[in-house]
Parts: sequence; structure tokens; C-alpha cells
Amino acid sequence: MIVAEQKPLAEIAEMVKDAERVLIVGCSECVTVCQAGGEKQVGILGTALGMMRKKEGRELQWEGVTPVRQCEPEYLEVLDKKVKDVDCVVSMGCGVGVQFIAERYPGLWVVPALNTKFGGGTVEAGVWEERCGFCGECILHKTGGICPIIRCSKSLLNGPCGGSQDGKCEIDSEVDCAWQLIYDRLKGLDRLELMYAYTPPKDWSRARDGGPRKVVKEEARI
Amino acid sequence: MSEWTPKIVAFCCYYCAYSAADLAGSMRLQYPPNIRVVELPCTGKVDVGVLLAALEAGADGVYVAGCLEGDCHFLKGNFRAKQRVAYAKRLLEEIGLEPERLEMYNLSGSMGPRFAEIAQEMTERITKLGPSPLNRQHRKGEVGP
Repeated sequence: MIVAEQKPLAEIAEMVKDAERVLIVGCSECVTVCQAGGEKQVGILGTALGMMRKKEGRELQWEGVTPVRQCEPEYLEVLDKKVKDVDCVVSMGCGVGVQFIAERYPGLWVVPALNTKFGGGTVEAGVWEERCGFCGECILHKTGGICPIIRCSKSLLNGPCGGSQDGKCEIDSEVDCAWQLIYDRLKGLDRLELMYAYTPPKDWSRARDGGPRKVVKEEARI
Repeated sequence: MSEWTPKIVAFCCYYCAYSAADLAGSMRLQYPPNIRVVELPCTGKVDVGVLLAALEAGADGVYVAGCLEGDCHFLKGNFRAKQRVAYAKRLLEEIGLEPERLEMYNLSGSMGPRFAEIAQEMTERITKLGPSPLNRQHRKGEVGP
């Protein structure tokens, strides 16, 4: 899932400072799971912004709505009527959600309430870690299911660098060396020969470096 | 200022603080009458949004009163409440309100006198802080900005 984190309240308040009526839009998918932009967070943000305004002696009229997801136009239809009465939309979705709302309503000011962080998952309650770098060409079958692209600080493809110490990365003693993890796992699986297989330089044009990407599945088109 | 008394909302766990409030009553203990008690099945039910909403709706102070640590009927409810109160305090700071307007207390059902003491303590603290900045504009005649 996409993992995101709410921006500081002051930053969001600054973005909506000129608005009198605000629609706060949550998303029931990834950002609900990482507790950044679900229905509950929409309520808290609305209340907090309202309190900040009230403190200044001004009113903020806000309404919250949390569609199934923001990254699919059909689920944004619920906003069509609501956006007519507001000066600004605060999206609590990931960066995709913000853009889908902005694209749908050309005349509307849309601002992000979250910082979209990474593709990751829940490792324990309240803790999310990065796992996928969206590189466009998965190599997890070569590395025992541990991604060196995103979990190795240097995205190395053929084993660790000299900064791997006691299983940890030189950037931070809290960060595991991905290649140590890969080695340990392949050893456990008795497939250490994979460590000797040479991986040629990656074609980064399939990742972000090739510009904005698009997936078309012809049979799914209507 | 002399006329003003703070509005305080107390979110009380059914298994401890709410019973302690009962006991305080049975013991005829005196405590400030400006405490509005809201019964919860467990402080683990308390939500950051609810704490903020109480302050937004006009409370000058809010506290959550749960079981002693380790004694929660639902094992961890009071620890969850403790974390949420801490988070709500950080939010209050960001909003620009004094985080001291919100507090978490722990007591048992047999601690009637402690319930009265907490009510007294919180009332004194909020009286010292004055009306919530959110309420001040409506009470211009009573206090300064």
C-alpha cells in the first residue's frame, strides 16, 4: 500500500488560510490503513482546523467526506455536489488522490494534507516500513523475496558494499543491510548459488527515470 | 473573572473513575460542581476526535480518568487512552491551545477521595489558565484577550 503521513497542522492551515468553506476528503484505502487520511483523521483535521480558526476569531465551515478511494474517478462522483459549495478541497489521500480530484475539478483549488512517503506495509501496530521502490521490473525471484532496490541504501544488485557491518547498513545502525538479509534467507533456503548469479545493470528507464509511466491492459478497456 | 468558573469534561471509565465518582458521592465528599462526567465502558474507547470535539464545543478543560495501570478490565484500554491523550496534547500544542487543558488520570473504583481530589486539582489548574482561547471571544466582558 501507499504509506503517507499528515503534514504539520500549521502547514495545512496556511494552505487554507483564505478559504471560508472547506471540503476535507479522506480515502478509505491505503491511507486509512496507515492512519493518515481515513474517516477518523478527516474528523480530527476538520476539528483541529476549526479550532485554529476559532482561536483567531474566524469561522471555518468544513465538511468531511471519505470515498472508497480517490484514485478512481467513479468514486469521486460523491464529491460533485459538495465541491460546488466550497472554496477549497483538502485531500487526505496520497498524491494520486490529490491529482485525481484536481483533474476532475479544473476550477477548484485542491491542496494536500499528507506527505506521501512510500510503498510499504505494516510491520507492527503503528509502524510502517518501505518495501517497494516501484522500479517497474521486479527481481525478487533472484534475491529470496527481499528487495535490494529499496532496502539497500545504494540499490546495489550484486551483493553488499563495504559499509555492511554486523548485518547493519552504514547509514544507520538501525537499518538492516538488505544484502545480509538476502544472504541469510538464501542460505536458509539452501539457494546460496543465487548469490553468485551476476545481475547486469538495471534498465532504469522502466522506473521513474523513464518519465511518467502508464499501464494499458487492452482486454480491460471498454 | 470572579464570575467565571471553568467547564470541565471528565471522560470516566465505568470500572474505576465512574464508580469512584459514585463513591465520592456516597461519602458526601465535596468537589467542584463544574465537572461534567461522561461515562465510558473503558478509557480505551476514548478517541482523539472526541477529546478535541469537547474542547471545540466549549470545554475549558478535559480529562480522561481510567483504571490504575495494569488494572484495566480490558487489559490495555488505559494504556491506549494514555497514548491518545499524549497525541491529543501534541495536537493542542499545534492548534495553539495549552496542552495542560487535557490530562490523563489513573485511579481505582475504591478511590472516591482521589476522584474528588482530581476534580479539585483540574479545576484549579484550568482556573489558573483561564477560559479556553476558543471561548474567550464570547466572554469578552469577563476576561482579557
